[in-house]
Amino acid sequence: MSGPLPSPVRPAFEVGSREGALIVNIGPSHPATHGTVQIIAELDGEKVVRADVHCGYLHRGFEKECECHTWHNVIPYVDRLNYSSPLLNEFAYCDAVETLLGIEITPRCRHLRTLLAEYSRIADHLTCVAALLMEMGAMTAFLYLVTLRDFIYEHTAALTGARVTHTYGRIGGLARDLPDGWLERLEEILEEYEVYVGRIHGLMDRNRIFIDRTRDVGVLSPEEAIHWGFTGPVLRSTGVARDVRKDTPYLAYGELDFEVPVGIKGDNYDRYYVRMREMDESVHMIRQLMERLAPGPVNVDDRRCVLPEKPLVYSEIESLINHFKLITEGPRVPAGEVYVAHEAANGELGFYVVSTGEGTPYRVHVRGPSFVHMGGLHRMLEGYQLADLVPTFGSVNMVGGECDR
Amino acid sequence: MREDLLQRVREVMAPLVERFDLAHGMPVLTLAPGRLLETARRLKEELGFDLFLDVTAVDWPGNERRFEVVYHFYSARQRVRLRAKTRVAEGEPVVDSLVSLYGSAGYMERECHDMFGIGFRGNPDLRPVLLYEGFVGHPLRKDYPKDREQPLVPTRTREEQP
Repeated sequence: MSGPLPSPVRPAFEVGSREGALIVNIGPSHPATHGTVQIIAELDGEKVVRADVHCGYLHRGFEKECECHTWHNVIPYVDRLNYSSPLLNEFAYCDAVETLLGIEITPRCRHLRTLLAEYSRIADHLTCVAALLMEMGAMTAFLYLVTLRDFIYEHTAALTGARVTHTYGRIGGLARDLPDGWLERLEEILEEYEVYVGRIHGLMDRNRIFIDRTRDVGVLSPEEAIHWGFTGPVLRSTGVARDVRKDTPYLAYGELDFEVPVGIKGDNYDRYYVRMREMDESVHMIRQLMERLAPGPVNVDDRRCVLPEKPLVYSEIESLINHFKLITEGPRVPAGEVYVAHEAANGELGFYVVSTGEGTPYRVHVRGPSFVHMGGLHRMLEGYQLADLVPTFGSVNMVGGECDR
Repeated sequence: MREDLLQRVREVMAPLVERFDLAHGMPVLTLAPGRLLETARRLKEELGFDLFLDVTAVDWPGNERRFEVVYHFYSARQRVRLRAKTRVAEGEPVVDSLVSLYGSAGYMERECHDMFGIGFRGNPDLRPVLLYEGFVGHPLRKDYPKDREQPLVPTRTREEQP
């Protein structure tokens, strides 16, 4: 191979807007950013004057791939969008397909999905806060948080069989019900949560270094946040109490008691604090769900999409054919289109799904919050120090899998 | 969804849209490409649809107007999501850009331009966003084969390997 490799990106600017300006390239693979993103910045001294954000380094053709698989086989791909909270993606996708099928999931499934969605949200926020703190040098806080996250990962693995890519949601239900003793361990972990997160509050909340690095840094006004399409904790940190779970309730959120924490200034500190408070709300919701968990089956009784019980597949011809048809041809989802929005850990996760009545989707489009946030990230970087780029980027919690698809 | 709100959306939008439907509880406007900017402006200013959620396209090969460009909006005041759709022909796949109304439209239009080759009149920055400079074709069009490879970094031959 000869000569330099061509650059995959064309910067928005190659000369500075003023004399003596310096243009630096950060990423796409930078040790202090978690997420494969490239930022080309114009500097005035240490200050970022302009920033040009490039993503796409993790693009793997998710949407194209979906068009060649049966509706069920898309679920493992969906896992790999936001890999910090795969269950949230699965449930949103399943909800979209179930809407097209006109299926209403069972009460137990609805409660379990809500519980697991909140559990995943905790894992996601723990990851985000841990990485944010580590990138600013708070190694102890990072280790506390990932220890806790690992309890959750191990615990979800006991339920789903995998630490990260669970493939646990099914169209019309879930892969299986809770194993024995799962809820008892959950209660133990929630108690651990209080201990560990209490330590983080003690270490960080009034920490001079942490406040200096995050207070009044990366400030976003509410109007600007909405104009640039921010949703989730980033939007709420600016003081806008918008939450899909509250505004247009889905799953079991309508019957739960929870608050929508908001920030005051929309800076990095508020984004940290909103995430910490949201985890508390999630724990509160999980406790309510543990109490009211409905009995009954987890799967709907609908042969169009739910696989028959395994013993029946081996013993009667109808179930065998049913199984065979569902696996080889996929469930026939009625023609139509639907947009389903769930509150994922980083904001509104939308699935726009088009069916033509076949066993495979005609089109699956994901409105990933991370991708939209990258379009407005420059507003949070411009005017601040170059060193602030790391905590600001960390506080947005861009997840490459979901952003680049 | 509330009846009075639906009625209001219908009234305001009636002169602009070709069709008004309800799909799985979500209002759907079907309109001509020329009416898009005006429709979005009225959605934002008169009906409170302040959050631009998404723009994407669906490819229907063999259709006279091949590409369906699909928009989603959210109104926090009404707590309602709305879909707007317009069809453009393969020969001139161009619609008006909504960047003058919503900053977030910029990035999402870039993606749609990448994936379907839809042009957005008025968007000053349609550089590739998920693909790279020099990528040939539009991968989400149905006639783009799934297994076509265009590596930016050439694959090394056996001799070149260390």
